[in-house]
Amino acid sequence: MTQARGNVFLAGVGGQGALLASEVLGEAFLLGGYDVKKSEVHGMAQRGGAVTTHLRYGPKVFSPLIEPGSADLLIAFEKMEALRFAHFLSPAGAAVVNAQEIMPPSVATGRERYPERIEERLAGVTPNLYMIDALAAALSLREVRAVNMVMVGAASRLLPLPETIYLEALRGRLPERIVEVNAKAFRAGRALLVPRGA
Amino acid sequence: MSVPAREKVELLSGNEAIARGAYEAGVTVASAYPGTPSTEILENFARYEGVYAEWAPNEKVAVEVAHGASMAGARALAVMKHVGVNVAADPIFTSSYTGVRGGFVIVTADDPELHSSQNEQDNRHYAVAAKIPMLEPSDSFEAKEFTRLAFALSERFDTPVFLRSTTRISHAKGAVRLGEASGPPPASGFVRDPAKWVMLPDNARRRHAIVEERMRSLAEFAETFDGNRIEWGDRDLGVITAGVSYQYVREAFPEASVLKLGMAHPLPSRLIREFAEGVSRVVVVEELDPHIEMHVKALGVPVQGKEIIPIVGELSPRIVREGISGKSVPVRPAEGLPGRPPNLCPGCPHRGLFYVLNRLKVTVAGDIGCYTLAALPPLKGMDTCVCMGASLGNAFGIEKALGKAALGKVVAVIGDSTFLHSGITPLIDIVYNRGFTTVIILDNRTTAMTGAQENPATGRTLLGEPTRRLDLAALCRAVGVDHVYTVNPHDMERTEAVLRRELFRGEPSVIITEAPCVLLPDHRKDKRPVYEVIPDLCTGCMACSKLGCPAIEWVPFTPEEAVAAGKKGSQKGMARINPLLCDGCNQCPPLCTFRAILEKKD
Repeated sequence: MTQARGNVFLAGVGGQGALLASEVLGEAFLLGGYDVKKSEVHGMAQRGGAVTTHLRYGPKVFSPLIEPGSADLLIAFEKMEALRFAHFLSPAGAAVVNAQEIMPPSVATGRERYPERIEERLAGVTPNLYMIDALAAALSLREVRAVNMVMVGAASRLLPLPETIYLEALRGRLPERIVEVNAKAFRAGRALLVPRGA
Repeated sequence: MSVPAREKVELLSGNEAIARGAYEAGVTVASAYPGTPSTEILENFARYEGVYAEWAPNEKVAVEVAHGASMAGARALAVMKHVGVNVAADPIFTSSYTGVRGGFVIVTADDPELHSSQNEQDNRHYAVAAKIPMLEPSDSFEAKEFTRLAFALSERFDTPVFLRSTTRISHAKGAVRLGEASGPPPASGFVRDPAKWVMLPDNARRRHAIVEERMRSLAEFAETFDGNRIEWGDRDLGVITAGVSYQYVREAFPEASVLKLGMAHPLPSRLIREFAEGVSRVVVVEELDPHIEMHVKALGVPVQGKEIIPIVGELSPRIVREGISGKSVPVRPAEGLPGRPPNLCPGCPHRGLFYVLNRLKVTVAGDIGCYTLAALPPLKGMDTCVCMGASLGNAFGIEKALGKAALGKVVAVIGDSTFLHSGITPLIDIVYNRGFTTVIILDNRTTAMTGAQENPATGRTLLGEPTRRLDLAALCRAVGVDHVYTVNPHDMERTEAVLRRELFRGEPSVIITEAPCVLLPDHRKDKRPVYEVIPDLCTGCMACSKLGCPAIEWVPFTPEEAVAAGKKGSQKGMARINPLLCDGCNQCPPLCTFRAILEKKD
């Protein structure tokens, strides 16, 4: 992706750090010389509910919201959340999806089942699907909270900025003591994804 | 675009930008009560050097403190969510009459779409009703600029000024150019001026005339204010819009002519007429109520508005495009999936209480806070939720309607911060008017729903200073409640025993459930054992699932899988505890008759 404007939709579950991931990405695009707008909802959403962030960059951005059917990239921190927001993808859009499953309350209490064949259903929405195991990558760094930066690292392979800008954004947004482990997670994520046709 | 060296561009949320704008404007006193989507404004403002910022017990007090600071000559800010203005309306309406000394700005953060609120009221009505000018930014850049401007207008026109944000302004980020702080005005001290500050009828009558004159001057100002601007484009379509809707309009119709209104009240009548005369079709695009539309119609200008743009919920570029063009574009439908509503955290002390209330089958008058989430299945432990503090009055009203028949059947449930916000006066009502209501105060040592803010019962201020910690039990006794008990809600057996006794007491009682919020840093630092389900002992009875704890997961079986796992073929599944989520609260082990839940050994 080398276009001058783009829409990145992030979806996750409260507590996974999706908001911080979007902070680092937003900062990176600002450092990269783009106009940036980013929208999210706090409050109720933090209590284990679905969390989404709309991130838009370009020479000049008006709306802070991405319209359904127009996201260039979907970064999903949880498998079912990927499917829930897949309709935001444009026909040529790509999805980077963490294979992790987190049960919603109705599934955890046995009233509903976790949906099946998610990967297959996602592949039906986008030909550019990248499933990765960000939880495993984070656990191998002994830091479960680094799932978000693994995701940013993987997604960065599909975005137009050079690697150094993300690391600069990361240093600007995180407290000193956790910069190193997050930079490692970012690089681990970058190693997990090889763009097809690149 | 080259940026001069000393200018710095940052990606700020609308709330961060408002805080920055207040700092740059020289605000030295700010007061607020936390409420989504406004909370981060004071949290960010408090970090600037040399300012005073506080959490007030409620929004009315916040406005009175800021108004007082203005009387003494300081620039002052009061911040609240939309429904907070209802609480603060009394001082706001009369501060319009007194006017100001130091600039005085009230931020109202509205919540179209009810992302985290109990209604989606449109607070532009307050500007009209209280005769107070209102600025309305459309992104973070304007949020900062308009905040600075609001203070200038306040001092120039001797008036409080409203700054209206919405969730998509407050919680959206955009590039903001940081400016210099102008420095606070010299502290002039309070100057006696009864005709201005003492609103006895005779003085207030004269001030009303001044208010009307002021609004005429402001209407004149609005005509030339550069925040109200025409962006001429294609003359076939002219859109009048404001706030975040402006961004949606520019996105959906980049070629259209646009009248962008940065001031929601008073509106610029001549500018609106000039715009309408320059285009062949006029449409008003605004979220919620037809505030601008009514004004335009009153001018006799033919306009389309709410017949094509929804009055309910947020707008979006697509809604605007479809409303104006009359054509809908099909999009891929969203998948039907199990919902993921917010839930009480693993280890939340509220869960223990609501599990008990659910067992007791009482009517639970509820309130505003995290615990409102206990209304959702499987706990289903709350029967009403109206506004801050309503639980006590609602429970007492139910009791008065039913008389003795209500004994043992009704409780009020309210959080510590919410109780201090507006639960004390209804508690006085219960005692004074000979009630027997059982009130439960959930004391988790923080204002949790909005992200763990300090309050009078935490012993710390917004600026991080230690302070006298309010004693909830002593307060309840002081207003005349003789039966005040404190229980640990994680100990559900004891909690249930105390509740069963107090429910049937023919006098008011207060039960304080005391255990810290799991999000508090001190609690998170604390290492606790996590629990696990021993698969051989689990019979799949689902008793633990009734807690609705996110850490307890149900693993469904087919009959073959059940037999393979050494279970009866009729067993439908078994429970599992996710060690990454378990907080070690010890609520679930006593619920398991089969003693299958044990401390996990590493």
